[in-house]
Amino acid sequence: MNPSRLDLLQGTLDLMVLQTLAAMGQLHGYGIARRIEQVSGNQVLLNQGTIHASLVRLEQRGWISASWGVSSNNRKARFYAITKSGRRQLEQDARDWERLTGVMHRVFSMNKNEEPA
Amino acid sequence: MSDLRRGVARVGAFLRKESLDDRLEDELNAHIDEATDDYLDRGFSPAEARRLALVNLGGVQQARERQREARGLMTLDILLQDLRYTVRKLVNDPGFSIVAVLILALGIGANVAVFSVVNTLMLRPLPFTNPQQLVWIAPPAQKSGLSGATYSTDAYDEFRMYTRSYQDVTGYFAFSGPDNLNLQIDGGAPIPATSIDVIANFFQVLGVQPAMGRSFREEDARNGASPVILLSNAWWKRQFNADPNIVGKAFDMNGHQTTVIGVLPASFDFGAVFAPGTKVDAITPLNLYGPPRDWGNIITFIGRIKPGVTLGQAIGDSAQARSHMCWNNRQPQGCGTSYDPPVPVPLKEYVSGRLHRPLIVLWLAVGMILLIACVNLSNLLLARASARNKEFAMRGALGATRGRIVRQLLTESLVLSAAGALVGLLFAVILVDWFAHQGAVALPLLSELRIDGAALGWTVLIAAFAAILFGLVPGLRTAGGNLHDALKDSGAGTGVGRRHERLRAALVVGEVALACMLLVGAGLLLRSFLKVLDVDLGFSPDRAASIKVDYEDNPADGNGSTQASQNAILARRKAHFQELLAKISAIPGVEASGVSDYLPLGQNRSWGTPFPKGVKPPDKLPAGPLVYVVTPGYLHAMGTNLRGRDFKWDDGPNQPQVVIICKAYAQFLANYAHWPNGDAVGQILDNGGGNLLVIGVADDVHTESVEGDTGWQIYYPTTQTFAIGSELVIRSRIPPSSLAGSVFSTLQSINPKQSKAEFKPIRTIVDHAVSPRRFFMLLVGSFAGLGLVLAALGIYGVISYSVTQRTQEIGIRMALGSTTGRVQGEVLARTLRMAVAGVVLGTIASVAVARLIASLLFGTSPWDVVTYAAMAICLLCVAALSGYLPARRASRISPMVALRSN
Repeated sequence: MNPSRLDLLQGTLDLMVLQTLAAMGQLHGYGIARRIEQVSGNQVLLNQGTIHASLVRLEQRGWISASWGVSSNNRKARFYAITKSGRRQLEQDARDWERLTGVMHRVFSMNKNEEPA
Repeated sequence: MSDLRRGVARVGAFLRKESLDDRLEDELNAHIDEATDDYLDRGFSPAEARRLALVNLGGVQQARERQREARGLMTLDILLQDLRYTVRKLVNDPGFSIVAVLILALGIGANVAVFSVVNTLMLRPLPFTNPQQLVWIAPPAQKSGLSGATYSTDAYDEFRMYTRSYQDVTGYFAFSGPDNLNLQIDGGAPIPATSIDVIANFFQVLGVQPAMGRSFREEDARNGASPVILLSNAWWKRQFNADPNIVGKAFDMNGHQTTVIGVLPASFDFGAVFAPGTKVDAITPLNLYGPPRDWGNIITFIGRIKPGVTLGQAIGDSAQARSHMCWNNRQPQGCGTSYDPPVPVPLKEYVSGRLHRPLIVLWLAVGMILLIACVNLSNLLLARASARNKEFAMRGALGATRGRIVRQLLTESLVLSAAGALVGLLFAVILVDWFAHQGAVALPLLSELRIDGAALGWTVLIAAFAAILFGLVPGLRTAGGNLHDALKDSGAGTGVGRRHERLRAALVVGEVALACMLLVGAGLLLRSFLKVLDVDLGFSPDRAASIKVDYEDNPADGNGSTQASQNAILARRKAHFQELLAKISAIPGVEASGVSDYLPLGQNRSWGTPFPKGVKPPDKLPAGPLVYVVTPGYLHAMGTNLRGRDFKWDDGPNQPQVVIICKAYAQFLANYAHWPNGDAVGQILDNGGGNLLVIGVADDVHTESVEGDTGWQIYYPTTQTFAIGSELVIRSRIPPSSLAGSVFSTLQSINPKQSKAEFKPIRTIVDHAVSPRRFFMLLVGSFAGLGLVLAALGIYGVISYSVTQRTQEIGIRMALGSTTGRVQGEVLARTLRMAVAGVVLGTIASVAVARLIASLLFGTSPWDVVTYAAMAICLLCVAALSGYLPARRASRISPMVALRSN
């Protein structure tokens, strides 16, 4: 294992899954996991097993839907797609996430001698 | 919204686990295959590709678990698992399970039953509308019997008029005796029943609606009104077969056609609230402005305080009304001074206030039983836990966390305790039903007892409490052990085993101490009860019995308002009763007989305080002696000793009025009168107008209570004074019950209208008076017995277990030449060490808390040395016995067998 890989923050995996599905359309479990690893440039320490827990959570909330299909390797697999309410949730979560990163950015760029504005 | 949706989905997933698991399996397989293909494409060998796929997945089992956790209800899953496992375990060990459930059931059952009693008598409000507004109004307590606690009809009117704090005031006639109503249906034999006269507004004030028909109206109680009656629910069912059309029907009652105007609800039981231990079958209206006007103090007051008025204001308001109250408006000199200030007390307090202390003691006693049961269970579980140490160590080694194991153990406790609670509830239902049918016990509200929602809630509460109490210690103990040690610990004599044993011994010591406290309490109550039975009552209740005699004056003799009419009535009564007693005395086996209008420990009244003639009475005379109007022979029949002479049939209306007074009253009068030798016999008393010649002095009789003061009595002859009723008392040489038939047929031959009244041994009257004490003593006694048995079980368990654990050690010692006696002695010594420690602790604790029950004792010190010693010896004997059995087993261990074991 690469020790410099990032641990995932709580709750971020669900967001990544939603975004991946929103961007790529229908995917099966392994496909989603693989895509996230690729996009992160193998920076994220993704325990691929956790993807299935995330998928069942999102499905139970009605943010993604699932159906059986056939993979490119001609194998039976369960394909996931984002739903309408999933997209709404993604939009909102993405906004919150950006606000948080903005705040974090400002916190980290704080200088010792700077007076608060 | 999505949270709700997820919750529903999780429950759904929990319910269809299998199909979802299959789907997950397919999905994970697909995942691995896809990943393997990926790696194959990148040029890895098939084996390596599969390995990498699995590594990246991070373990198939873990992935499965995570998905299930996210999907369903993991906590519930674990709980179900634990439950299944627990039930399997308990079913496999029926000996342990049955003992454990039984112990718990006894503890919980006793607690729930006593809670129901406490709840009914102390916590639950009275079964009336807004019962917190109701008050009992009476003078401050004193010793002139019921007369001193009641008021005249004139006083009632004035009290009602001159108080402002009450919505209304009502009352009932306090002097109705049992079986005062004769119901005659279709010319059959008269059926005796008990009715109470109440003021017409009684049910409005209490807020009780009849179940059928209507309650009384003012006009029902007027002079000349046609007689009406309200039936109690129980009597309506019993006597009238719950006739749904009873309202409006008329029956012959005491010779008058009486119309039934309604049936009271089942929730209203007059006896249960106002006259504990008696049954009241019917209620009739009291005519305030008829003859009762001249009967003196006859009414008890019950008031309903206005909303917003405090009890303190009501007390002040009631006290000021005193100045307006007259004993009799035709004797205005008594106005304003006849009564002490009336004091309202909350009705609930009047009904059951005296019982708070005994109830709390009872509650504590069952609480201790529960503790003892829990300690026993803890002990059993600890013993089991030592046997299961390896099982837990194994589970720990397989990855179970400590929390998980404690959880498993707590689940076991909860299952046991739930089973115990169910069986216990069954016990409680039986016990409460039995309590509720103790009609003869003079405790209020007993018939209202039932297992209600509150009792069920209490059951759940104490079951959970017990489970945590007895499950936690063994749980933590077990789970806290070192895995390594436990796996190696091969049983006897090593680390964990020893620690367990010390803990178990400590628990047993605690248990013995609790049992000791219970025993001491029960012993003190028992001794008090024996002392009460030993009280010299002033009459001898054994071999005597009484029956109510029906007699009616001849209407032609008038109503006693003229001298001639009075004489005619008295003469006819004299003739009747003289003949009656002659015939009764002729029955073989009858030693003495006589008639009195009231019996001791029953109804009573007083007629002022006669004082020695010519001596100036002090300004404030104490309340007068209780009055009994009796025939010649009555005192002898009761077994009351008399100095001087008894009444004679010749003491007629034209002779000087004669009386017999009791010793204590004679003593009191002698202090003022300077009689020769202080002897009252032959002296003359002034009763405020007439002269009374004292012809005899009788023993003091316990007329109001067995345990209280004797009070004073004065006896008038029926030949000179109007008696209110007639109770025939018979003293016999043979058991009185065998005379019942011949006595009744004699009475019927004299008066065909004689009703089939109960032929009651005088002993039952005394028993009734001491019944609350007997009831409490029996309860506390049986709890103490239960505690003793449980403690003995605890001792037996620990000693027996330790003998088993040391089989090897004992075997070796026997092989090395130790004798049977020595091994036995050692085991017994160990038992007694625990027992003595427990007894010492228990005795110290008892001494400390004995003050709590001091007020429940009679003639017994709460630190009564005899009781303490007896109980300590009793406990030590039981302990020795429960230690002896395992000791004997130990001494019979064959060295060969022992050395081969393990």
